[in-house]
Amino acid sequence: MLKTMSSGSKQPIFRFLDEVGRISSFTGRFFAEGFRPRYEWAELLRQCYVIGYRTLPLVGITAFIMGLVLTVQSRPTLEEFGAESYLPSMVALSVIREIGPVITALICAGKVGSSIGAELGSMRVTEQIDAMEVSGTNPFKFLVVTRVMACTLMLPVLVVVADFISLYASYVGVNIKDVVSLELYYNNVFNSLVYGDVLPAFVKTYFFGFAIGIVGCFKGYHSDKGTEGVGIAANSAVVVSSLLVFIIDLVAVQIADILGLT
Amino acid sequence: MTGIQPIDHSAGPVVIRTHDLYKSFGKNTVLRGFNLELHKGENLVVLGKSGSGKSVLIKCIVGLISIDSGSITVFGKEVSELDQAGLDAIRVKIGFLFQSSALYDSMTVRENLEFPLRRHGKGMSREEIDRLVIEVLESVGLRHAVDLMPSELSGGMRKRIGLARTLILKPDIILYDEPTTGLDPVTGREISKLIVDIRQQYGTSSIIITHDMYCTRIVADRILVLSDGICHAQGNYQALSSSEDLVVHPFFHSI
Repeated sequence: MLKTMSSGSKQPIFRFLDEVGRISSFTGRFFAEGFRPRYEWAELLRQCYVIGYRTLPLVGITAFIMGLVLTVQSRPTLEEFGAESYLPSMVALSVIREIGPVITALICAGKVGSSIGAELGSMRVTEQIDAMEVSGTNPFKFLVVTRVMACTLMLPVLVVVADFISLYASYVGVNIKDVVSLELYYNNVFNSLVYGDVLPAFVKTYFFGFAIGIVGCFKGYHSDKGTEGVGIAANSAVVVSSLLVFIIDLVAVQIADILGLT
Repeated sequence: MTGIQPIDHSAGPVVIRTHDLYKSFGKNTVLRGFNLELHKGENLVVLGKSGSGKSVLIKCIVGLISIDSGSITVFGKEVSELDQAGLDAIRVKIGFLFQSSALYDSMTVRENLEFPLRRHGKGMSREEIDRLVIEVLESVGLRHAVDLMPSELSGGMRKRIGLARTLILKPDIILYDEPTTGLDPVTGREISKLIVDIRQQYGTSSIIITHDMYCTRIVADRILVLSDGICHAQGNYQALSSSEDLVVHPFFHSI
């Protein structure tokens, strides 16, 4: 009954519930099939390269600019209170706890999410997924499981790299007006960080990566309406995964707070 | 079925049988108790208007689309009762040439052809894989295209490479979904002749979905006309082309 109502109805609430149900089922299938042989190691490595290595330049440039701008714009306010010596600590906490993971995840949602959505959508409408299936290959394992796993594994790596680049850019920003050695700067940074700053921020990046991968794959894998559907799949993959990044971030902050990690 | 001519297609045992097949999409019922038999070594052409359910029929046979009721048996096994492993085993014996060729865009021609071998040709050496790739490329006359990307191929070349990919696992049955659609008449004729050659070379049984009457004339041992979801008529080319049946006649005398 629900299926009839949701699929036939134009009401947004039913379409939303239908979408939530289908994406939940898709996620369930990922766990059911992802950890059973046969494992697609070669394709997983290829996707790690595509998603990780090829996204690195964009993430690196953005992280550098982010660290530099944050430092330059924060300095005047801290100077007013004579607290410019806290600049490295403030930037480190901002970047590692929040800005680094979230900005990197949003960049990946844009670049990787749309790419996966468009690629799988295109494969769907040109019958390549069907061709894989009739050749006796499980396309879900080959296309979906590998991409979701690669996103989940690569996003934390990208975030760590982005954090270090941001902090280096912050060091450059500090040295525009002052002269501080790299060693002193990093001593300041690491002295201000505690276990509770790093761990929750790192753990949530796995969830960001998983969300980006699963949404991109879901949108592309179930693409229809021909070439128009490919555009819709790419676009909605970015919108939904970006939104999910913020929701996961919100939930992660609450959980970290409850566990006393903030 | 309304009839037409009796035909002797007793060449070999039945490899595919559909019985009382029903398939609907929403309120649109495309197959209404459809029956078909494909015999070993036979080329069966299925004719029908666009949207009559021809492509749906062959997608049901390989389990890409599930049926509402009825039965499909391939080599005596009921497709709807097979588990994934059983279905994959059957699919390896069936080559499927898609209308769009469905080559993997991100892979070269060589990688496209190696893809099924790497998954089903267990224990094959690099040399054996290379030899098979070249062999099937030669059989479709495109050995020189081995390192090209699909985007660099013409429509006719894509069809040939698609055909080479279906041949590489040496299937017993090949299902052709409109193999000459979208091609110029000359290339269409080359593909039609290739279908005949492949049957001779590989001994395959085939179902060919097409609107192309030249293709029908040269490849068909038997022709089946699908109309209103049922087998409206069947017979050989000569028998059907002389039919005055209102459904059959327009296919053979459209000019």
